[in-house]
Amino acid sequence: MAVRTEPFVLNMGPVHPSTHGVFRMRATLDGEVVVDIEPVFGYLHRGIEKLTEQRTYNGIVPLTDRLDYISSMSNNLAYCLAVEKLAGIKVPERAEYIRVIIAELQRIAALLIAVGAFLNDCGAYFTPFLYMFREREKIVDLFEMVSGQRLTYNYMRVGGVSQDLPEEFMPALRKFMDKMPHYMDEYDQLLMQNEILIARAKGVGILSGEQAINCSASGPVLRASGVNWDIRKADPYSIYDRFDFDIPTQTTGDCYDRYRQRVDEMRQSLRIIQQAIEQLPSGPVRAEVPHLVRPLVGEAYARLEAPKGELGFYLVSDNSIAPYRCHIRPPSLINLTALRDMVRGWKVADLIIIFGSIDITVGEIDR
Amino acid sequence: MTVSLSGKEVASKIEEKFSGSVVESSAENLVIKSDRVLDVARFLKETDGLDFDYLNFVTAVDRYDHFEVVYLLSSLEHNHSLMIKARCYDRENPALPSVVDVWQGADFQEREIYDLFGIKFEGHPNMKRIFLWDGFDGHPLRKDYI
Repeated sequence: MAVRTEPFVLNMGPVHPSTHGVFRMRATLDGEVVVDIEPVFGYLHRGIEKLTEQRTYNGIVPLTDRLDYISSMSNNLAYCLAVEKLAGIKVPERAEYIRVIIAELQRIAALLIAVGAFLNDCGAYFTPFLYMFREREKIVDLFEMVSGQRLTYNYMRVGGVSQDLPEEFMPALRKFMDKMPHYMDEYDQLLMQNEILIARAKGVGILSGEQAINCSASGPVLRASGVNWDIRKADPYSIYDRFDFDIPTQTTGDCYDRYRQRVDEMRQSLRIIQQAIEQLPSGPVRAEVPHLVRPLVGEAYARLEAPKGELGFYLVSDNSIAPYRCHIRPPSLINLTALRDMVRGWKVADLIIIFGSIDITVGEIDR
Repeated sequence: MTVSLSGKEVASKIEEKFSGSVVESSAENLVIKSDRVLDVARFLKETDGLDFDYLNFVTAVDRYDHFEVVYLLSSLEHNHSLMIKARCYDRENPALPSVVDVWQGADFQEREIYDLFGIKFEGHPNMKRIFLWDGFDGHPLRKDYI
């Protein structure tokens, strides 16, 4: 005899360890099966887009730190690229290389958190996470050397970076570069064939390539579904066209693939950093940029491949010292569009890991 | 390198199919009549050679006498992009057709525009505020809000 169940609404969050920030999901359940979910945003909404309209172009850089606060450097860079495009500012060679090194280190740091948090959600409670934090710590130390900060770096400037690399930076970076591949092998040994991880993540929460494109997914989520699209290759910004690296992709688009994808991407980032270290020229690190940038009337959209996907800034100028409008294209928010289709029909426990495999930061969703 | 298509060339293709639907066009972008947005969106996605299957973002700009809604489209296959715009002159009850049926990626972004600018997207399956709470007074990204 079939047992009839009443639909049951479960509120997950806003404060729940698996929601990676203050974020709520209203899940409608039939027994243990997810019938529908509705993400509820806004708990961290600070109106950053409105705030930018009252600040000078240079004064907005610290605000961008607070978007995706675990990859602040990428946000800084995306914003600076947009202003440089709008005002036609040329960045010195050395600054371009420093930016690439820093941005790729930031990618590794952010992906380590993504992978660690995902494994947390899978039930490997905090053991892999702490391993990941061990390496992230080294990267944060490097960032502290260049910027004096450990979370909101505010290092990039319009026209370059705020200061040159300090003396102790290069030796520490080389040490990190020597050790990191070994650590990554360690993760693979520990996790890649792990029975529990495979049982929980393989075949779960499949997102097809077509669906991913239709939902405007980007970054590792898109590539794990087999779509070969990386802005560093498709629309190279800064000096990415000078480096030799591959775009890894996966085939199925399940949670395991998204995890694999992030691990593969870290290895490619290491390749880029290695080449950038070898080619690093000397020279100035910041172009002569006036304190008050006043671009001509017009608009510009600049984007980059952030650790979570396509991060872009759409700036509209009315020839004043503050942008007329500054829109931020948030990869975290847009990647969540596909969540509803991915979780329907799965159990509540799977909902947690499917959500975890998308990897979001609420600071960027709410802005 | 992503090639950004000339708005003028695409405009002539659109005009062939839907005459009178392009308000103006330039090298960088083209402006669509607001009631034809959905038809044009579908045309841009489904026409061979254009194949705009990816919506990068959609946002709005308050130009005082009208709202400008901006769509950036890409084709992953051809690696080209195009910016299209639509204008809403009604400040009291601005509305546009929703493009969620064409690109699902517009879902949260159209809700965000509704929340912060007050532009209603007709045909959207869940047109309500996304960040601010129900009952919040006003739409903060409008230029006349404080």
